[in-house]
Amino acid sequence: MRPVIFVLAYLIFAPFVGALLDGIDRIISARMQRRKGPSILQPFYDLGKLFSKEMIAVNNVQLLLNLSYLVILMIAGSMLFAGADLLMVLFILSTADMFLIMAASSDSSPYANMGASREMLQMMAYEPLTLLVAVGFYLTTDSFQVSDFITREYSAVIWMPGLLFGFMFTTAIKFRKSPFDLSTSHHAHQEMVKGITTEMSGTTLAIMNIAEYYEMILLLGIFFLFFVNSTWWSWIVAFVICAVIFFMETLWDNVSARVKWKMLLYSCWVVTLVAGGVNILILMLIK
Amino acid sequence: MIPFLIGIPAVFALIFPFVRDQKARGIIVYTGAGVIMLTTVVFIVRWITDGARVLMLYPETELVDHLMSVGDVVLMCLIIYMGVKYRRIVPILLSAAQTVLLLYTEFTTELAERQPHMMVDWFTVLMFIIIAFIGGFICIYTVGYMKGYHSHHEEVQDRQPFFFSMLFLFLAAMFGLVLSQNMIWMYFFWEITSVISFLMIGYTRSEEAVNNSFCALWMNLLGGLGFAVAIAWMAKVNGTVQLLDIVSVGAMLPLICLALAGLTKSAQLPFSTWLLGAMVAPTPSSALLHSATMVKAGVYLLLRISPAFQGNLVGILVSSIGGFTFIMASMMAIAQNDGKKVLAFSTISNLGLIVGCAGIGAEETVWAAVFLMIFHSVSKSMLFQSVGATENTLGSRDIEDMHGLIIRVPKLAYIMGIGIAGMYLAPFGMLISKWVALRAFVDSGNFILVLCIAYGSASTMFYWTKWLAKLLCYHIPREKVKDVTRKDEYVSMIFHAATMLLLCLLLPLVAIWVVNPIVQELFGNAKDVISMSVLTTMAIMLVSIFIVPVVMFFISRRSHRELVPIYMNGINEGDNRFFTNSFGGQEHLYLSNWYLRFEFGRRHLRIPSIIIAAAALVLGFCIVIGGAVV
Repeated sequence: MRPVIFVLAYLIFAPFVGALLDGIDRIISARMQRRKGPSILQPFYDLGKLFSKEMIAVNNVQLLLNLSYLVILMIAGSMLFAGADLLMVLFILSTADMFLIMAASSDSSPYANMGASREMLQMMAYEPLTLLVAVGFYLTTDSFQVSDFITREYSAVIWMPGLLFGFMFTTAIKFRKSPFDLSTSHHAHQEMVKGITTEMSGTTLAIMNIAEYYEMILLLGIFFLFFVNSTWWSWIVAFVICAVIFFMETLWDNVSARVKWKMLLYSCWVVTLVAGGVNILILMLIK
Repeated sequence: MIPFLIGIPAVFALIFPFVRDQKARGIIVYTGAGVIMLTTVVFIVRWITDGARVLMLYPETELVDHLMSVGDVVLMCLIIYMGVKYRRIVPILLSAAQTVLLLYTEFTTELAERQPHMMVDWFTVLMFIIIAFIGGFICIYTVGYMKGYHSHHEEVQDRQPFFFSMLFLFLAAMFGLVLSQNMIWMYFFWEITSVISFLMIGYTRSEEAVNNSFCALWMNLLGGLGFAVAIAWMAKVNGTVQLLDIVSVGAMLPLICLALAGLTKSAQLPFSTWLLGAMVAPTPSSALLHSATMVKAGVYLLLRISPAFQGNLVGILVSSIGGFTFIMASMMAIAQNDGKKVLAFSTISNLGLIVGCAGIGAEETVWAAVFLMIFHSVSKSMLFQSVGATENTLGSRDIEDMHGLIIRVPKLAYIMGIGIAGMYLAPFGMLISKWVALRAFVDSGNFILVLCIAYGSASTMFYWTKWLAKLLCYHIPREKVKDVTRKDEYVSMIFHAATMLLLCLLLPLVAIWVVNPIVQELFGNAKDVISMSVLTTMAIMLVSIFIVPVVMFFISRRSHRELVPIYMNGINEGDNRFFTNSFGGQEHLYLSNWYLRFEFGRRHLRIPSIIIAAAALVLGFCIVIGGAVV
């Protein structure tokens, strides 16, 4: 019964929570920049506006691909919240991303294509670490099943602090935060215009935004797994720490400038090797 | 039945030199492929209805033994002749050394009498299916392809009868190879495949083709020498030349020699050069070498002896070389824009993963390896065929020229797309094997391999995605392209695409009926490598990923929308192809993929990776030989 509730809760509430977090993120960012910032509900207004727009598109497949992106992300998230195999969740997550890349490159548009290429590069940058995180969980709990992670006596983070650090480092890519927001940006006046979303508008863009909210909750869910254990209070602790991590990503977004792709790839791979690899090596030796 | 399996393709191979008429040749190829597939099916059905027991065959084979010795000598003479003709000394030396060693062993050693020479089990049967069906359809594809090829390449002398002979002979040799239980027999078929691939690579007789074919020859002969040494050692020391005894005796020296043979044949580092060079040959031969035959022979041998690899030095060596090849080849693939080169690197890289699995030698890894092998042969064969057909149609196999193939030649683009998806996307079999392999690598405590698979799958993802994205770009083509792909080619490609999709849908059944028995026979115990719940998850995923886009297609079609031109940061001239530049002139838009040549180029990575792999291999040999002598 519990998995069903979790999955339903995820499917229903994830976009709302995601949008709220986005609103909070915008306010915090604004305060960091000494601005007032928009209302916390701004993302909802934005979505409403996007949905109300007239449908214009550059081709006939983009909407289809974006919808597939959304649904497959929902499947990945549901699997995570149902307590299924973490490795499978990650594999489906990359497949979902593939649809986004296809959607962006389906239009032969220079900026969208550049965004798509950069998105592929970003995937290449973060992929090794996510796999290692799954391996880390496997080494700590002898299982890839998410449902087994949360019933352990101690939180997984005790065994995998390096992986947590690495995951925080590379998740900036998935959250589309600076310094790793190569493939798209919030402002259309930059060198890649809007990157991967350049040619998306109206409903298509709204769908992509909702999908990103689902993805954000999914990733926070993985962070959650680092801290949760069989005790009830660990859930509260995990919530709080997830909030802190989210704040730190926002902070990092505001204090750093976008890097070049080489920097992105090398830094992610080096962090993966040093933080993740060493962590895994130690785990393998002591287990 | 068994003599027919080897005999029928061989007989067909003998017919082709006498058939000069194109049409008649086409009919014979269809008949030949059909008969081979039919015989295989009949054989397998009969074998299964007989209870699918392991068959040990032909204990008494004096006459055939002698014929094979003659055959070995003939092959040696052929190599010496070619070596003298083109002034290459290395192949001559290697070939002479191994043949003499083998004959000497055969005539001086007393071997145990009445040992089986051939064996049929599930693994053999799986290989039969791969060889007969994938190989057979490649032959059918060749009928159409070679017509197009020779109309494009008029400078190449038309030697089609020879080419078809070689194709069928290759199939015959592969049947023999996977059947053999006696290593001397296996060696004979092994040498035939080496020599035929040499002849096929040199088909065009251009200077590059000759160079590359000799490169393939000497590397494979080196492996053959390893094979011969293993046979000689086993015969002298243990008095047996049975492949099964390699596993049961488990002596290190023959093991590492056979591993060398397997590594050369499956084009692992440091021997990958020959497979890349093999690209100069017409596409069907690449398809055959890469998917159904040649490289699979190497992998087959390694998997056969993989239980012996568990937890020893040779196993560590083999799996490390495999893992290293997986990651290096996938990185080098990023920098390639030639479709066939990408395919070649991806073959090497995928085989690296399989070899890595074989080297660990645990049930799970072998399970994953067999799975990888099945999926790899189908999708790689399909990809080669579609790239070949695209080359004939577009006049280029550059991935950059495939921009928007989905508009220009939709059928080929779909086939290529399915092939690419089969190589790396979520619901397809490659991924489930990766899942199993990753878990098994962790279980076996092999840290380096875990890292290799993590980084390697990231770079694999990159080069496939950018190719796929290139195919799917919607745009208005500059000029109309006429699809010159012939029916024969489509027959084969559609068969492959259908097989690929079916394999995905029937994944749990393939696992239970085919892969599990193989693992069971190799290791002698039953163990469910992958639990039913995972398989059901896979099935759900599969269905959802096939269904989601289709449903979305219908949903999105209902919405009314207005099509607008794309943004170009300059005035779009109206059809998404030109924009007004800062001088007010018309500028053509050109989009290119990323190749990261300066980071991942072959120039930077090839030599270091060859050196590292070669050093590891030499080191392994030194330790093993040292251990054997002391």
